[in-house]
Amino acid sequence: MSDTFLKPPFETLERQHQAVSFGMWVFLVSEVLLFAGLFAGYSVYRNLYPEGFLVAGRQTDIVYGTVNTAILMTSSLTIAVAGRAARAHFGRTARRLLIATMTLGLTFLILKGFEYREDIAKHLLPGPSFALAQPGAEIFFSYYWVMTGIHATHVTGGLIAVGRLVIASRRDATWLSGSASEDATALYWHLVDVIWIVLYPLLYLTGRTGHG
Amino acid sequence: MTEAAYLQPPPPDYLHDGHTLGSWLFTTDHKRIAILFALSITFFFFIGAVAISIVRLELVTPAGDLVGDDTYNKLFTIHGIVMVWFFLIPSIPATFGNFLLPLMIGARDLAFPRINLLSWYLYVGGAAFTVLTLLIGGVDTGWTFYTPYSTMFSNTAVLTAAMGVFVVGFSSVLTGVNFIATTHTLRTRGMTWFRLPLFVWSMYATSIVMVLATPVLAMTLVLIVAERWLGLPIFDPSRGGDPLLFQHLFWFYSHPAVYIMVLPAMGVASEIIACFARRRLFGYSFMVYALVAIAVIGFFVWGHHMFVSGQSPYANIVFSFLSFMVAVPSAIKVFNWTATLYRGSIAFDAPMLYAFGFLGLFTIGGLTGLFLATVPIDIHVTDTYFVVAHFHYIMVGGSVSAFFGALHFWWPKITGKLYPELWARAAAIAMFIGFNLTFFPQFVMGYLGMPRRYHIYPPEFQVYHVLSTAGAAVLGVAYFMPLFYLIWSFRHGGRASANPWQAQGLEWQTPSPPPHENFIVPPVVSEPYDYHPQEGPTAGGETSA
Amino acid sequence: MTGLRTTLTEASVNARTVDIAFLSVFAISAIIFLVLFVLLIIFAVRYRRGRPANRGPLPKLMRREIEIGWTTATTFLAIFIFWWFVAGYGLPPKAAPNQLEIHVVAKQWMWKTQHPEGAREINALHIPVGRQVRLVMTSQDVIHSFYVPAFRLKQDVLPVRITELIFTPTEIGRFHLFCAEYCGTQHSHMTGAIVVMTPPDYASWIHAQPHGDTQDREGEALYDQFGCGACHAPQSQVHAPKLFGLYGSSVTLTSGKSVRADDAYIKNSILRPRDQIVAGYAPIMPSYGALANPRAVEALTAYIKSLREGAS
Repeated sequence: MSDTFLKPPFETLERQHQAVSFGMWVFLVSEVLLFAGLFAGYSVYRNLYPEGFLVAGRQTDIVYGTVNTAILMTSSLTIAVAGRAARAHFGRTARRLLIATMTLGLTFLILKGFEYREDIAKHLLPGPSFALAQPGAEIFFSYYWVMTGIHATHVTGGLIAVGRLVIASRRDATWLSGSASEDATALYWHLVDVIWIVLYPLLYLTGRTGHG
Repeated sequence: MTEAAYLQPPPPDYLHDGHTLGSWLFTTDHKRIAILFALSITFFFFIGAVAISIVRLELVTPAGDLVGDDTYNKLFTIHGIVMVWFFLIPSIPATFGNFLLPLMIGARDLAFPRINLLSWYLYVGGAAFTVLTLLIGGVDTGWTFYTPYSTMFSNTAVLTAAMGVFVVGFSSVLTGVNFIATTHTLRTRGMTWFRLPLFVWSMYATSIVMVLATPVLAMTLVLIVAERWLGLPIFDPSRGGDPLLFQHLFWFYSHPAVYIMVLPAMGVASEIIACFARRRLFGYSFMVYALVAIAVIGFFVWGHHMFVSGQSPYANIVFSFLSFMVAVPSAIKVFNWTATLYRGSIAFDAPMLYAFGFLGLFTIGGLTGLFLATVPIDIHVTDTYFVVAHFHYIMVGGSVSAFFGALHFWWPKITGKLYPELWARAAAIAMFIGFNLTFFPQFVMGYLGMPRRYHIYPPEFQVYHVLSTAGAAVLGVAYFMPLFYLIWSFRHGGRASANPWQAQGLEWQTPSPPPHENFIVPPVVSEPYDYHPQEGPTAGGETSA
Repeated sequence: MTGLRTTLTEASVNARTVDIAFLSVFAISAIIFLVLFVLLIIFAVRYRRGRPANRGPLPKLMRREIEIGWTTATTFLAIFIFWWFVAGYGLPPKAAPNQLEIHVVAKQWMWKTQHPEGAREINALHIPVGRQVRLVMTSQDVIHSFYVPAFRLKQDVLPVRITELIFTPTEIGRFHLFCAEYCGTQHSHMTGAIVVMTPPDYASWIHAQPHGDTQDREGEALYDQFGCGACHAPQSQVHAPKLFGLYGSSVTLTSGKSVRADDAYIKNSILRPRDQIVAGYAPIMPSYGALANPRAVEALTAYIKSLREGAS
């Protein structure tokens, strides 16, 4: 059983599991720095244009934002439980939970798509016809589009990774119990959620505190 | 490995383990991937070299009569982009690091062999964008992509160039992740952290820098692409953006990137100097701490690229201080290498000549760094040829010398063939002379006020430019020599034994070239650099501890 | 001019400072380099393979002491050089009373300079020897850099932002002006001459220049054109800071700090009004960075400067 998972450079399955999740942690640190560059720029401009950021922050759609936050949180729960289930050798339950995770992730992306359509209709895409005159508002929305866009790319990447697990376990759901990819995929999915938890207040709650 | 392994016939070496193109393009063997990288970076090295040769020819006369302004700007830009991202950054890590890291720690491969192959494909993807950039007319922003020129004013292929660098960045990140995970989880029995060869430590420190700095550049390039393509105003001053933010983000990556280029060179020099002086490396643990210190402090000095940018004079003072601090561990390394020679038994084979070249040129590069860390001097010489000379002393005098040193030192291990020693020494000496002739005059003209990236220039600088071009011609010939004699050696060279240099290190305990999973017999780990000068080929007297 | 320059004139107070700094660091580096070089040669010869020499182990104690010794020494040397230069010349010089203020606008690929009397030059700057000069610089397009090797000075020139360069020329002559920040196709053509003259020569030179429209007149027209008076005029209904007598006065900001209303303050307030909000006023003014080109900003500033006692 365990031999099917042991890949060449490793001599024990335990070591291999350690390496895969350690490698994923290192990769996640790199991902955090990817967004750190954006957060740094956001902070600089927010400091430079506090008023513009408040005005612009009120224009994002809080309903979509909040519903999507809830959806992603739930997906984190499903993938976490999937991991527990896999380790306890409830392969089929694990697989169903992974499918649920994918469904939630897809829903997130679809809702994000609707939100983007509304944003475009409200002329919130930076450019000559941008709706807000407040200095800094256009910069806020530049960050909005870049941050959510890159986050959505990561969600898509996460969907592919989870999809890979679902496909790989289609014949034998117990596969999930032994594979190291399950853990690593879950780690990645959690990171994508954590990034969203930072984006949510930066993009949706800004300007809505107090007299919002 | 079981006892049965001893009884079986020896497995084929990695070069003969499959002969189809597919066996190379879909290999997961770290040694084959290293070869793929080596061939790719060699290709780009010559593209970068051709570009700069035309630049140097152009600069023989002050009038700018060989190529036009635009062509000139595109040439130095492509030279910078190609040499930095497609040659220097992957040069030692992706080739020698890839090949040697598992061997040196007694592992069968890197932790994630398929991700290692993916790194190469990402490199090829980035390379494709870069070649495309060349085909559709080139790019003229300089390798630094400064805004708002790159985002709003340049009429050249900035998008594809930025995409190329963006994609190749992921190759670095994945290589870094792979090296870190491998070093943590695949060290063989007995290979403790403080028994690791310094080359492995240097790969480890480099990987940390790759993993932490590269994503910031990736994001910055995304912003450049978004601004140029979609019209976002993030760096556009007329719509409230700040072009200096770009410079901060860019140098936050690009200063540590210098350490991505030079830390591996330090690792190589440590291996070669210990072996050819037949001496235990002086101050091993200090060498390790210095490597890590350089990697860490290197993250906090980026502002010294911006002393004249308009940033606050107080920021200048802080960055100046930190830049002086990063000089300390670099100096310590130089002292340690020198001290390693004391009471050694020194042989001057080609790798050692390159290591000496590295030592001298890196020292000059490092010392001129002191000038640039001093704010009033930097204000005068920044963006002049002084800076050009300084970073070429570090990146070419340091890193490229070490690259060639590594190439000769491990050539017998990689190919199983011996290279012609006399030719190799001649090339090493020619490179050293050509290099100094090319770049030393640039220090002088830089101090006298010759700005960089100038197509036409005042005639009073002509003599320096002519000297520099003459040096570049010597350097060009010297770079071509190994290409020929190493190809010759690969075909007709004598067979190399497992350990032709009588060197320490696990990579020498397996046949040359190594078999598919590296070791037939599990390697035996001892203290690092356990050399005894008395036991060299001309030994005499009692053995030392 | 010959094909070889071997020296560079020290044509400003700063140039001397930089040269002394350079020579000091050069001396220190040369000593370090020579010591290393001589050691390398000695070791290379003495411990050459095949040559009899003492190759015994080093005493353990000595190793540690040496490591700690040179680490400490290098650290102190680094701190010393740093301290030496920061203590001496870390911050820009203070303004002298009879400072000559020159406005510089950089664009692809030329330098435009303007004297206080209104005389304009292209790719040239005439200045009197011995008098402190302050360049107030901005760019119309990309980033440029004002570099005068003979003064050992360089300062980037940015779009929609003011940077300054202060220096005192000490030598009469004609010196190179270079653009040192790569700015596009004809970057290397963006050069000019700095002509340092005796004060009488400068006076007669400036007298001979056509003065054209004086800057404040031009600024007044722009003031009307942009409708600045709608808010800033004394009789306006909008609560905005008054401009009369503003120049040179001390202004208290919402942050509690107070600043002097100098050129940089005024220009900055036109380009980025929200950076420095005057205490008691709302941040309602939009940026005029997009509407007013650098020359217009110069003119508006000149007009606001002219609003003092006896004028209106």
